[in-house]
Amino acid sequence: MPTKIRIIPILLYKDFGLVKGVQFDSWRRVGSAMQAIKVYNLREVDELIFLDITATIQRRHPDFEIVDELADECFVPFTVGGGISDIDDVRNLLAVGADKVVINTAFIENPDIVHKAAQKFGSQCVVVSIDARRKHNGLYEVYTHSGTVNTGIDPVSAAIKAEKLGAGEIIITSIDRDGTMMGYDIDLVRQVSEVVSIPVIASGGAGNYEHMAQVLAEGGVSAVAASSIFHFTHQTPLEAKHFLKTKGFNVRI
Amino acid sequence: MKNVAVIDYGMCNLDSIARAIALCGGNPVVTDKYRDIKQADAIILPGVGAFPKAMENIKNKSLDKILYEQVIERNIPFLGICLGMQLLATKGWEISETEGLGWISGEVKRLEPRGFDSRIPHVGWNEVHLVRESPLFRNIPSGRDFYFVHSYHFCVMEVDVIVARTIYGDDFVSAVQKGLIFGVQFHPEKSLRFGFQLIKNFLDAQDYQ
Repeated sequence: MPTKIRIIPILLYKDFGLVKGVQFDSWRRVGSAMQAIKVYNLREVDELIFLDITATIQRRHPDFEIVDELADECFVPFTVGGGISDIDDVRNLLAVGADKVVINTAFIENPDIVHKAAQKFGSQCVVVSIDARRKHNGLYEVYTHSGTVNTGIDPVSAAIKAEKLGAGEIIITSIDRDGTMMGYDIDLVRQVSEVVSIPVIASGGAGNYEHMAQVLAEGGVSAVAASSIFHFTHQTPLEAKHFLKTKGFNVRI
Repeated sequence: MKNVAVIDYGMCNLDSIARAIALCGGNPVVTDKYRDIKQADAIILPGVGAFPKAMENIKNKSLDKILYEQVIERNIPFLGICLGMQLLATKGWEISETEGLGWISGEVKRLEPRGFDSRIPHVGWNEVHLVRESPLFRNIPSGRDFYFVHSYHFCVMEVDVIVARTIYGDDFVSAVQKGLIFGVQFHPEKSLRFGFQLIKNFLDAQDYQ
């Protein structure tokens, strides 16, 4: 029996509350982080990802106090990112209750942090997040700083490098699909999942359960992350799993 | 209320374990101090991170001697979680060959990718199948999902201490019990209902002896 797939709500944090945008822009407020975490705990979701999307742009460290408060209410696996720039940030996030950390901009600018974090705290708590956009010629480029800085790096080589450095998981996000609810960018996701042997999480574009089934079947991923679908529609992670079960996927219900 | 020493050896998220113990009716004390550990009614050894670094930290703080005195000599209930369970082994092979606590004979080896389960680390929810009864699993049916995140597993030589197995590639040992020494490869503090039930069971374990 294949491993149970995970459905992971992503919470984006900006200016004291949760937001959701389209293509990493036009952020709409979608409520309080604490409220969302309490609800997702009651619903017993597989895991939660919490990303502070302004920390790196504002050259801040993560807000450890807020993560501490949220982690105190979170009894499902809690993955936290945004603003990590050194190994102390990783240590402090784990200390206040994060189970895993997400490294995005720092992975490109200072890749050694991924290696150090994996050596010190184990690969299993180091998640590298890669945000990519498709160019007109069909090739992809990795962006950092919440999608505002183009690095020109191709996501496939970034993924290979992340695994080599000791990352335990990769989140691959399509900036083009983010918030559009038009489905995951399966090409992008598959390109990344094919070249690494660590688990890959698909992100960006989920609008219905069929999209999740598609990326699980064709994208080679272990988990799907989603945000807009849970903020702006009546669809839920549990219903998604019931749907996926009917499609033959192994899920935890 | 039972005092539960959560051993702090600089390796991980201790906050969620402490909160889970409090929710289960225990009084958690996150500590690396002899006087706290000596007063504990139960001891939890958590752990993420790498085996060699963990053993180095444990030895630097003389925690190996303190734990031996409390757990082996005084028979205080002990629960190792994830790496905390692996450290019970004779030795580990993560990064380099390293001697473990040696309370349960066996070695810690890397998971072998196979078939569907080709990705390492093993991350996510998976079923824990009981192979014998244990007070740790009172009111927890066999086959329930618990949260795992690990690349290595404990190859246990003493077959009679194996309580549960989980399939990922091959099957591996996901829970052990030897007297009042317990170990689980998964994270009960992140496994919701049945995870909390397991922690409650551990806190009550002495009463069922």
